[in-house]
Amino acid sequence: MGEDSNDTGVNGTGQDEARSIAQIRKGRNRVLGLALAAFVVLVFFISIAKMS
Amino acid sequence: MYGHATMTTSITPPTPAPARRPADWRDLLALTKPRVMSLVIFTGLCGLIAAPERIHPVLAFTAILCIAIGAGGAAALNQWWEADIDAGMKRTAKRPLPQGRLDRTTARDFALVLCSGSVFLMGFAVGWLPAAILVVSIIYYSVIYTIWLKPRTPQNIVIGGGAGAFPPLIGWVAATGHITLMPVVLFAIIFMWTPPHFWALALFVKSDYAKVGIPMMPVVAGEKATRRLILIYSVLLLPLSVVPWAIGGTGALYGVSALVLSSLFLALSVRVGLRTRGEADTMRPEKQLFAYSVIYLFALFAALVMDRFIVI
Repeated sequence: MGEDSNDTGVNGTGQDEARSIAQIRKGRNRVLGLALAAFVVLVFFISIAKMS
Repeated sequence: MYGHATMTTSITPPTPAPARRPADWRDLLALTKPRVMSLVIFTGLCGLIAAPERIHPVLAFTAILCIAIGAGGAAALNQWWEADIDAGMKRTAKRPLPQGRLDRTTARDFALVLCSGSVFLMGFAVGWLPAAILVVSIIYYSVIYTIWLKPRTPQNIVIGGGAGAFPPLIGWVAATGHITLMPVVLFAIIFMWTPPHFWALALFVKSDYAKVGIPMMPVVAGEKATRRLILIYSVLLLPLSVVPWAIGGTGALYGVSALVLSSLFLALSVRVGLRTRGEADTMRPEKQLFAYSVIYLFALFAALVMDRFIVI
């Protein structure tokens, strides 16, 4: 009984950790995606500015 | 391989715990020292606006963005190199690297991407002269100051202070395409402002620097000598801040503002320079000088920009 609840606790912590890592990755990928999109838009506008 | 294998100090700061989790974007952002970056962006923007020539707004935005990213990259390189030292100082112990929230390789790679990206973008979009000055400023801060001078000499701030003086020069050169006397004077003003600004801080966080073996002036030369130096640099800063007006680079608005702001700076420095620390001293004058020094630089460069648009 004691062992079972201990296992559940460890699994719970492991799941929390996995969820937290997934969240960090998701946030980082979102920021990276936005940065790349902003860079593409910036390069487009730079090209227009250089031509004008 | 990293930072302090080459240090000659006798105190070894604690090694930060290794990171186990992936890097959070907030920690990567913290590596760029956003608060310091705000002053860099501001002075760079002022240099660009105060310049007598105009460039396309998109290119002006790109120039400021590159200055900001380059400064962020240099700051990240600084934190990568100094992770051990930061772990031993109360003021910096909560940064991502000493806390083990980031691993050093990620921090280094992130810093190198920012530095190289900012230089190439500046070169291709704005010009290779501002890009070259940006390279010099990054090397100046991350190599000459962080790696070479800071752990070796109490004059680290005097020479290393040049790193923070580059943004208005880069902004000006981005707008005009060449170096003239005015941006060099702006460089000199920040160069002269840096020692009293940092030494005021070093006076009230002296024990932190001593703990990790950084030879800051108060640690090596003592408080009395540091206070005298703060006073000397503040005296020199007063006439230097008025030079842009004297050489006809600005109008009276800037000249009078510089005179008033620098006089107040000098008054606060005199208070710091002529006092001695008492028992259970709260170091209020030093803290006030440090806080005012930040406001001073913002206000001085704001006056420079306003002077360009308001003619008295």
